[in-house]
Amino acid sequence: MNSILSMPVVIPLFTGVMMLFFWKHRLAQRIINTIGSVVTLSIAIYLTWYVKTHGIQSLYIGSWQAPFGIIFTADLLTMTMVLVSAIIGFATSLYSLGTMDETREHFGYFPLLQIMQMGINGSFMTGDLFNMFVWFEVLLISSFALVALGSERRQLEGAIKYVILNLLSSSLFVVGVGILYGIVGGLNMADLARKIPMLPNKGIVNVMAMFFLVSFGIKAAIFPMFFWLPASYHTPPAAISAIFAGMLTKVGVYALFRVFTLIFITDITFTHNIILIIAMLTMLTGVLGAASQMEFRRILSFHIISQIGYMILGLALMTPLGIAGGVFYIFHHIIVKTNLFFVSGVVNELKGTYLLKKLGGVLKLYPLLGLLFLIPAMSLGGVPLLSGFWAKYTVAVAAVEKGEYLALVVSLFVGLLTLFSMIKIWNEVFWKEQKAEYATEQAKIKELPKFKIAMMFAPIIILAVITLFIGLNPQPFLDYANETAHQLLNPSIYINAVLGGQQ
Amino acid sequence: MEFVLAIIVGILATSAFYLMLRRSLVKVILGLVFLGNAVNLTIFSVARVTKGYAAFIPQNANTLEGTYADPLPQALILTAIVIGFGTQAFAIALFRKAFQKVGDDDLDKMNSTDIMCNEDVVGD
Repeated sequence: MNSILSMPVVIPLFTGVMMLFFWKHRLAQRIINTIGSVVTLSIAIYLTWYVKTHGIQSLYIGSWQAPFGIIFTADLLTMTMVLVSAIIGFATSLYSLGTMDETREHFGYFPLLQIMQMGINGSFMTGDLFNMFVWFEVLLISSFALVALGSERRQLEGAIKYVILNLLSSSLFVVGVGILYGIVGGLNMADLARKIPMLPNKGIVNVMAMFFLVSFGIKAAIFPMFFWLPASYHTPPAAISAIFAGMLTKVGVYALFRVFTLIFITDITFTHNIILIIAMLTMLTGVLGAASQMEFRRILSFHIISQIGYMILGLALMTPLGIAGGVFYIFHHIIVKTNLFFVSGVVNELKGTYLLKKLGGVLKLYPLLGLLFLIPAMSLGGVPLLSGFWAKYTVAVAAVEKGEYLALVVSLFVGLLTLFSMIKIWNEVFWKEQKAEYATEQAKIKELPKFKIAMMFAPIIILAVITLFIGLNPQPFLDYANETAHQLLNPSIYINAVLGGQQ
Repeated sequence: MEFVLAIIVGILATSAFYLMLRRSLVKVILGLVFLGNAVNLTIFSVARVTKGYAAFIPQNANTLEGTYADPLPQALILTAIVIGFGTQAFAIALFRKAFQKVGDDDLDKMNSTDIMCNEDVVGD
C-alpha cells in the first residue's frame, strides 16, 4: 500500500519523460501534461485524506529499514504542501495552455515544468536530509532552465542572480549535512531528532542550526538574503513566475519548518529568537521595498518576501497556535500569490506591459478581471471574510499569547502597508484612466481565441473560489492546521512513526 | 592529515568567496567551482579520514571488524560532485549566453531588470 507514497514523484517524472517522446508534437505534449497534472492532483487529494485518517505513513525505499535506507515520510505538513503544490501545478498547466508561446513549448517547457514538480514533491516527501538536498537540486536545475527559457536579455540577467545565490545556498546546505553526519552519524531526520538531544556538545548543534537557517533562508528569501528574488521573479513569462512565486520559496519555508520543529529544538531560546527577529525584519523590508516599486510583478515579488515573514513568525513563536497559523498562512499564501501573478499575466496579455505608469482603465473594459484581482489582493492584505484575514489573525493572536507585542505591532503595520500596495495596483492598473500617449491596446479580449480566454481565466477563477471558500469556511482548515501543529510540536509522534518501536 | 585538509579547505573557500565577489562572470563561475570543491573536502574530512582500511567485510565474517573507512561520506561526496558538475555546466552555458546578449561580462552592467521597472528604459 505504502508504495503509493512515491506517486507524487513518479507521476510527474513519468509525464515528463512521456512528453520527451513527443518532442516535436505541441498538441500531444499539451494533452499529456494536462492529464499528468490531473493525475498528480487526484493522488495528492487521496493521500492527504489517507494520512489524515490513518496517521503518518512511511515508505522504506528498497525495504531498507530506517535509519539505514532512504525513506519517504508523509505527515500532515508534508501532505499540505504536496496537495497545494498539486493544485498550483494543475492551475499552472491550464494557464500555460492559454499563455505560453510556441517557441518556449518547442524547447521543452512542459517537460521542465513536470520535472520541477517532481523535485518540489520529492523535497516535501523525503525523510532524509541528504536526499532532500538531491531533490532541491532537481527542482533548482529545472527552475534555472525555466527562468532562462527564451533567452531574453532581462531573463538571462535575472537568471544569473538566481543561479549564483541558489548554488551558494546549496553549497552551504551540503556542508551542513556533511558536518551533521560527522557529529551524529546518520542523516535520517527522525534518527537525527532522536540523537541530537543526547549530544554532549550543544554549541556545535547551534552552529549547525545556523548553517541550515542560512541555506534554507536563501531559498526562502528571508532577510537579509532575499535580493535574488525581486531581481529575477518578474523576468520570465507570467505562467513561470506564477508557479515560482507560489511554490519555490515555500519549499525553503517548508524545510525551515521541518528542521526547526524536529531537529534543532534543543536550544529554542537561541535559535527561535533569531528567527523571530529575522521574521520581523523580513516583513518590514519586504513591504517597504514593495511600496517604492512601480511595476506590477515586482510589487508582488516584494510582497512574497514580506509574507514569508509571517510564516517564519509563526515558526518562531513555537506555540501550537503559532505553528498552526504559519501552516495556514503557507496554504493560503501559495494560492493567493499564484493567482495574483496569473492576473498580472492577463493584464500584460491585454495591455502589453507590466509598468503601472503605462497601464490604466482596465476595470472599465474588463470588470470581471477587476473583481478577480480584488479577491486575492484583498485576501493578501488581510481584509476580513477572505482567507488572508484568518491567517493573519491566527498568527497575531499567537503573538499576543506568547507576549511578543513588538511582533504583533509589526505584523499589523505590515498588513496595512500590504493593503496600501494592493490599492496602489488597483488605482494604477484598474481605476485610473490610461494616459493617452500609452493607449495602445495590445489585444481586445473579444478578438482572442475562445480557448485562450477560457484557459487564462479558468485557473484564476478556480483559485479565487478556493480563496473565497477558505475565507467563508475557515474552521475545517484551522482544525487541520491545529492538528498539523500538534504533530510538529510533538516530534515523538514523527519519530515513532518512522522508526517504529525501536528506541 | 585533517590538519592539511583543513588548510586546503580554508584556502579554497577563501579564494572562492573572493572570486565570487568580483564583477567578472568568469571569476564568479571559478568561485563556484572552488566552493564546490571546498565543500566536498569538508565532508571528506569531518567524516574522519581513515588511512589504508577499506570498508570490505573479510571472508568468513558477517560484519566489519576493527578499523575501517566509512563509505557513506564518500557516497555523499560522489553524489555532490555529480550534481555540482551538472549545475556548473548549466551555469557556464548560461553565463556564455548572457555574455553574448549583453556584450559584456561585467555584472554591474547587468542591471537592466532594476532600471527598467522604474524608468522608461526598454530592454530588447
